[in-house]
Amino acid sequence: MVAATALAEITTPPAAGAALDIEQVSHAFDIDGVELPVLSDVSLSVEPGEFVALLGPSGCGKSTLLRLVAGLDKPGAGSLREDEVRIRRPHPSRVVVFQDPTLFPWRTVWDNVALGLEAQGILKSQRHRVDDALDLVGLSDFCTAYPHQLSGGMAQRVALARALVNDPKILILDEPLGKLDSLTRITMQAELVSLWQRKGFTTLLVTHDAEEALVLANRVIVFSDRPARVKADIRVDRPYPRHRGDPYLADLRRQILGLLGLDATW
Amino acid sequence: MSTYSLSDGLASGAPRLSRTPVLASWLRESGVGVLASIAWMAFGLSCLWWEDLGDWSRTHSLGIAAFIVAAIALFGTVGADYLGSAGKALRQRAPWLVALGAFLTLWEVATAKFAWLPLPFFPPPQSIIEVYTDDLPKLLDSVFASVKLQLGGYLIGATVGFLTGVSIGWSRAVGYWVHPVLRFIGPLPATAWLPIAFFTFPSSWSASTFLIALATGFPVTVLTWSGVASVSNAYYDVARTLGAKPSFLVLKVAIPAALPHVFVGLFMGLGSSFAVLVVAEMIGVKAGLGWYLQWAQGWAAYANMYAALIVMSLLCSGAITLLFSIRDRLLVWQKGTVKW
Ligand SMILES: Nc1ncnc2c1ncn2[C@@H]1O[C@H](COP(=O)(O)OP(=O)(O)O)[C@@H](O)[C@H]1O
Ligand SMILES: [Mg+2]
Repeated sequence: MVAATALAEITTPPAAGAALDIEQVSHAFDIDGVELPVLSDVSLSVEPGEFVALLGPSGCGKSTLLRLVAGLDKPGAGSLREDEVRIRRPHPSRVVVFQDPTLFPWRTVWDNVALGLEAQGILKSQRHRVDDALDLVGLSDFCTAYPHQLSGGMAQRVALARALVNDPKILILDEPLGKLDSLTRITMQAELVSLWQRKGFTTLLVTHDAEEALVLANRVIVFSDRPARVKADIRVDRPYPRHRGDPYLADLRRQILGLLGLDATW
Repeated sequence: MSTYSLSDGLASGAPRLSRTPVLASWLRESGVGVLASIAWMAFGLSCLWWEDLGDWSRTHSLGIAAFIVAAIALFGTVGADYLGSAGKALRQRAPWLVALGAFLTLWEVATAKFAWLPLPFFPPPQSIIEVYTDDLPKLLDSVFASVKLQLGGYLIGATVGFLTGVSIGWSRAVGYWVHPVLRFIGPLPATAWLPIAFFTFPSSWSASTFLIALATGFPVTVLTWSGVASVSNAYYDVARTLGAKPSFLVLKVAIPAALPHVFVGLFMGLGSSFAVLVVAEMIGVKAGLGWYLQWAQGWAAYANMYAALIVMSLLCSGAITLLFSIRDRLLVWQKGTVKW
């Protein structure tokens, strides 16, 4: 059985994206007996292979939504489905890259990337996938380094490789570039787009940067203040690679910043 | 790795200036070695010059040995450039050789030659050498017995402590039952159990093993537990989204993350188990270095006591060194660790 699936994975082309359906999801946290509503009736339908950016004020509930999609937490109300299958627990077809790389400091770069395959018990037969993933993010030379020897950008690339090695159907990115310097950021944005175009996975990206959302995504969802509601659902019909100075994008950006309550003349 | 050790500071690493007169640079590099040689020659002379006040058989050999050390110190440091790493190591330790030679000279003179220190209580160096040569079999037996007892008790205590710590840290149910017991019994010094242990256990050996295990187990349990409990949830989240099962979370996430804490517990356990070992050997077990100390005291054999103490400190220090090297090997991923 295991051998059969392994063989299938080698012979079939890269896994394409999965569809994601978020249906009337509400969620609240209990803080010392006081209920804190975080998500309010959020519905969102994502097509396979779409790149969706989630924008919203800080603390509105974006990360909470991503944790529900990942299956790390259960929604208070409503349902989430991946390819029509209810999401109940984490699964390697939906992998998260967090804002902090959270590499395991006691593992080398290679062993960190191998984590998913090892946890699923298929590392022995699939070692080449780890090498491929490291190649993909350009860190093959650092496979024996420990995380404390890496720069912030390199660590985040390792975290990306650790996610990609599982051939996820949905890649969940929670402000993965938020802490990087602007140069590294721009480089990694380009890498992200080319990876997404090659692999075809569905991408969910949380960001606080409207420009980043517009350069990367097919679709930008703008959330309200907490509890988060979908305030706007904007299509970005522009070919890649996109240019930051594109007047069409600049126009959308003004519109989005307006929705977020910022001065529209920015 | 950014470690700092005492010897680094003493290294003669100062770049040599070409203008410095040859004599000055020679003095700087070899002067301490010459001093060390003089100190050891003084020790040798102090052994051979005056008559011993007591009846010791190794005075002459000790004097000769001191001269040999003096010769090695001299040629080793002066000719260090031709001796490779050994010469360099000797040069680094030369200041210590000076101090040691001076101390031994003073000790020799103050005890064997003029008895400035009251004699039976402060034996001269040659009488301690005499113990090592003449009472060797008994001393070795004691070392063997001590190591066996310590090793058995420590390994049992460390293993049980580690497993208990992981279980409490991981499972709420286990924590509910074990935590109160731990709080109640743990802080009690293991030696307090001595009287009870010696009559409830079938042999004094098993009683001592139990006590050493107890002294080791408590700190190892508490620190393993706190290590497992303090593992960031982010690591578990990452592992779970990558498809990890609970066994993977324990073995590949919780335990490696807790390992630095576990080693702190192992060090603490080692220290407190040494204390228990010595007391148990003095009181109940009729073997081991603790017992040897007790026996020597009964015979007013003070030289034997010092000899046993020196061996004991070498063993304890060796055990700590071993644990440090195991830790350094397992925790290579940590930066800035202390060098022992
Ligand atoms: N585990 C938790 N327990 C209690 N409150 C939480 C928890 N996680 C998040 N929150 C709260 O929920 C709100 C939304 O958090 P989050 O989803 O992280 O926002 P963001 O949109 O910035 O990612 C915040 O006010 C936060 O304090
Ligand atoms: Mg967040």
